[in-house]
Amino acid sequence: MAKLTFSIGGIHPADSKLARDCKIEVLPLPPKVYVSMFQHLGAQAKPVVAVGDKVKTGQIIAEPGGFISAYVHSPVSGTVKAIGPRKDLAGFNVVHIEIDVEGDEWAEGIDLSPELVTAIPEDREFILDRIKMCGVVGLGGATFPTHVKLNPPPGKTAECLILNGTECEPYLTSDFRILLERTDEIIVGAAIMQKVLGGCQCVIGIEENKPEAIAAARASVQKLGFPNMRVAVLKKRYPQGGEKQLIDAVMHRQVKSGGLPIDVGAVVQNVGTSLAVYEAVQKNRPLITNVMTFTGNIVPAGRQKNYLFRIGMPLSFIAEQAGGVPEVTVKLVSGGPMMGKAIANLDAATVKGTSSILCLGEETRRHPETPCISCCRCADACPMGLEPFLLKKLYAVGDTAALEQNAVQDCIECGCCQYSCPAYVPLLDNIRMAKAQVMGIIRARNAKK
Amino acid sequence: MIVSPSPHLHSPASTNSIMRDVIIALLPATIVMLLFYGWASLLVLAVACVGCVGLEYAIARWLMHKPELFNGWSAGVTGLLLALNLPPTTPWWVVVIGALVAIGVAKMSFGGLGQNLFNPAITARVFLLISFPVYMTDWDLTGGFISSVDAISGATPLSIIKEGLMSGMTLDEIMEVNGINASTIIRDLGGSGGEISGLALVAGFIYLWIRKVVKPWIPLSILLTVALISGVFHAVNPQQFAGMEINIISGGMLLGALFMATDYVTSPSSKWGGVIFGVGIGVIVMMIRYFGSYPEGMSFAILIMNCFVPLINRAFHQKKYGRA
Repeated sequence: MAKLTFSIGGIHPADSKLARDCKIEVLPLPPKVYVSMFQHLGAQAKPVVAVGDKVKTGQIIAEPGGFISAYVHSPVSGTVKAIGPRKDLAGFNVVHIEIDVEGDEWAEGIDLSPELVTAIPEDREFILDRIKMCGVVGLGGATFPTHVKLNPPPGKTAECLILNGTECEPYLTSDFRILLERTDEIIVGAAIMQKVLGGCQCVIGIEENKPEAIAAARASVQKLGFPNMRVAVLKKRYPQGGEKQLIDAVMHRQVKSGGLPIDVGAVVQNVGTSLAVYEAVQKNRPLITNVMTFTGNIVPAGRQKNYLFRIGMPLSFIAEQAGGVPEVTVKLVSGGPMMGKAIANLDAATVKGTSSILCLGEETRRHPETPCISCCRCADACPMGLEPFLLKKLYAVGDTAALEQNAVQDCIECGCCQYSCPAYVPLLDNIRMAKAQVMGIIRARNAKK
Repeated sequence: MIVSPSPHLHSPASTNSIMRDVIIALLPATIVMLLFYGWASLLVLAVACVGCVGLEYAIARWLMHKPELFNGWSAGVTGLLLALNLPPTTPWWVVVIGALVAIGVAKMSFGGLGQNLFNPAITARVFLLISFPVYMTDWDLTGGFISSVDAISGATPLSIIKEGLMSGMTLDEIMEVNGINASTIIRDLGGSGGEISGLALVAGFIYLWIRKVVKPWIPLSILLTVALISGVFHAVNPQQFAGMEINIISGGMLLGALFMATDYVTSPSSKWGGVIFGVGIGVIVMMIRYFGSYPEGMSFAILIMNCFVPLINRAFHQKKYGRA
């Protein structure tokens, strides 16, 4: 079968998967953890413990602050030391629960045995409740609460669950590693989500540059024998893992502007989320661990790492475990080099969605902007079919009506335009600001209706 | 350490690397020009390139007080294209005037790189063609390092045909009297410096295409339109209208279609906009060649269609995701 890919735009950055052959290592516990109340998209969680309380690993310490929100659990056992603002990785103050680590005693009812449980519970509500109570959120980047996404509004049915194993960002290897080391659990997790969605088909999308993961997933699907499930090989192309792009690649359908994947019958979940769903439903294990990559082109070969971390661990603690951040580092990034956030504060704590500490050297330094030569590489690269050069000009003159007409609100902020621009024009910087402005106008207009 | 928004990586391509690629792509044609036209064309080339680069630097630095507007590679491309458009016998001071018009008038007065409405090299060529028609139409092949078999000094095939038709001869008579046929044109007849080397130009274009610097829509639509119009007219009246091969391989057709009409700044941004642009050039150039008073109309056609680019860009956009 021909390899699948999305139909508009895209780029081919060097894939730099330097840590691909490094097995997942379990990090030791730090003396203190700081658990953020902003681990997910939506409303901040509300602490349900008080200073001085003793907590056990996996115990609920915060509850959802709204419909779109999630439970947060203690990643360690110990004493709540403080509840208050602390700086996140971008330097913003967010409420954190500080816990003094006193060992690792798990709460009652959590199954820590390694045995694979393949029997899927019959009751859909039970499954959704487990996913919600275990605080599972999407681990592909957006950290959208999973129980909300797996519960489509009435009248909408899922035709296809797409499991996102593309990991199209350069450098990142955590999804690749769990696809190799936790294959069966991921596949059972997918079958659980299939069940919740009413028995739709499931396609596991993996890019062609991960042949070992493709083989492992195929073998596991065959071995476990879940119906309506298959592995699809995708071309290597960024941003293949973008939700809209992946739906286009796998189902040949496009989500309408302003619409949701479920409108075209699609639900997209990351492979990491699938593993978290497995642990939640089959083992009653809350989402307090995840896998991240410590990497970068300036990190020596032996020090590239894939780590299993607990939420709340300071990034600086993890960097120390990996032998420290190289001296020649110009920029630290959490997430991929295309969409990740620059780390302003290395003392920030990990959250559920943390996927990497990426140490970038001189090549990340921005060049001075030069005049646009209308080469249209930005428009050719845009996976949404936008014209970034035009949006930048419209933003400069403040024409919000034209910006909306030219679909600035459809921008997924993948960075393809700015990556491709030979004149080093900071296109995405401008488009982000334009998008925020136009989205504000659209929201205000909708509120009036 | 730096903190800035994503993306944190950049592709290896830059404006300078693109301009370098264009220069590499023009090298085969330049070498052919030097071989056929000799030392005289080397002088034209040197004056054009030094003139364009020097003038851009001087204007950016001392007239506009914005030295950052100077881009040597881009000015070099303009100089090279200008040289390929000028006969080898062009006096050096005419070349300097050409450089001044290209850089000073067509490019820098609009705001420099990326801002110009008209292709600088073509603007200069047309300016010189109107101001110094004698210098601009004398293609002397006698100074070349490679001696041409049927070296004809002076007029280009298209102007020979035009003059012959105006004096009442039929196309067959003109061809016979002057010893012109399709193969002599492609091999060794005069045209603008780079034009005698169709194959070299095509090779250079293919390099740019492979390097993904240019897309083929504009040249293809120009050449197909020219082929279609000349094919039909020639079939209707073979004695009045020159045929497909002559129209495609002679004059500024290939240099214009492959390297001048594809200039990023002065061509439409979308694929279908590019096709409209190309068809427009093809129609205009054939109307000028068949019915106008000039033997050649490629430069005029490109300049006229340059004017329409802002309008074409308004009408044609990329295909967007999830929108009808």
